[in-house]
Amino acid sequence: MTEPAFETMRARRLPLAEPATQLSKLRALDLQKQMGEALDEAGLMPLRPTKIDTFQINVGKLCNQTCRHCHVDAGPDRREVMTRETMQQCIDALAKTEIPIVDITGGAPELNPDFRWLVEQCRALGRHVINRCNLTILLTPSHADLPEFFAQHDVEVVCSLPHYARLSTDRQRGGGVFEKSIRALARLNEVGYGSGAPGRRLVLVTNPVGAFLPGDQAALEREWKRELDRRHGVRFDALYCITNMPISRYLEWLVESDNLLEYQRELVGAFNPMAAANVMCRSMVSVSWDGGLYDCDFNQMLELPVRPAMHVSDFDLAALEARSIVVDQHCFGCTAGAGSSCGGSTG
Amino acid sequence: MTHSHYYDREDLAKFGEIGEHKPELAEKFFDYYGAVFEDGALTAREKALIALGVAHAIQCPYCIDSYSKDCLRKGADLDQMTEAVHVAAALRGGASLVHGIQMRNRAQKLSM
Repeated sequence: MTEPAFETMRARRLPLAEPATQLSKLRALDLQKQMGEALDEAGLMPLRPTKIDTFQINVGKLCNQTCRHCHVDAGPDRREVMTRETMQQCIDALAKTEIPIVDITGGAPELNPDFRWLVEQCRALGRHVINRCNLTILLTPSHADLPEFFAQHDVEVVCSLPHYARLSTDRQRGGGVFEKSIRALARLNEVGYGSGAPGRRLVLVTNPVGAFLPGDQAALEREWKRELDRRHGVRFDALYCITNMPISRYLEWLVESDNLLEYQRELVGAFNPMAAANVMCRSMVSVSWDGGLYDCDFNQMLELPVRPAMHVSDFDLAALEARSIVVDQHCFGCTAGAGSSCGGSTG
Repeated sequence: MTHSHYYDREDLAKFGEIGEHKPELAEKFFDYYGAVFEDGALTAREKALIALGVAHAIQCPYCIDSYSKDCLRKGADLDQMTEAVHVAAALRGGASLVHGIQMRNRAQKLSM
């Protein structure tokens, strides 16, 4: 078992850092079927949006961690960070719509110097704000007051914690991350998060630490709640199980560990038409750090923009709701088993 | 197809083919098997850990493959899975050792 890589693929100048190389690798696999065929059989091709209820903003790839499974290839060396100007364009786009949910992700979103400004603007528009937090950032001195900031603005906090035990968490996210994550969760509990109170929703996200699909979300949530409370006195409101997407650094690990073909075949074999009907790309739009629009954060990282391409400064909700969603072989990650989305299981 | 060895991991995925003959028996078995592993008085996760221990006690490579993955999916980690294997090892070791009492009984009966 190797320790997590402490540099991004980009910093190591790996050919696999290129989205086109990742897509070629996935397309070259000898699989049972193609994503287009699977969706066709389920009566879902071309894949169309339903109603867009989530405006996801990726505010940059800069992160204080370098997790092994990261689909963004985020890390401390990344310099792609959304500017205040692009954030303003996001706010202008939002203001033209009634999209109720803003989902802020990264990288570590809090490292964007205008993160708090963005949250305040979204809340001023009356939108529900979700922040995807890696927990350890809350222990850095310049971000130590974030729990109070989140509470002040009723931000829903969605945090990554692959396991309630140190072993698996540190293997995926780096040495020492587990202990810091528990301290950060305790801080969030202190300001009222995780007890079911409105405006204080605390969600944990678990990705499998390896080449397997997540288990039953409800059963894992019961287990996580019991064990985190028993071992650490930590409380939270819900657990989301998210399938690891075979792209970026998780793809690198699959290749290195010789698990890629078997894993991708398992995803294809577990294709679930119900999960496919509920994929998150049907109800969201994803904005990249430079304002480009994508069907989801995964397509964003693979540089597969919405068709036709659109910048957030030209945001046109009607056109977006009439588009066909771009799909490829990685999409089997969202349609396998109980389904997977930024909000956990979907099936 | 013949192999030069007794076990082949590809065979695990073919388990269902056993029902090509006497399908009514296979159906009863697989229905029963599925029901056994559902959440009940024990959780599905606890049952997977028991199955992992049993897999080691009966030394079935298919079961070890299958329940290693199943335990991970159900949220068990390597510490917990290793403890399950130690339970099997303790039982197997204990089962050998406790027969030492039979040995002692016999030896004492035969000895002056």
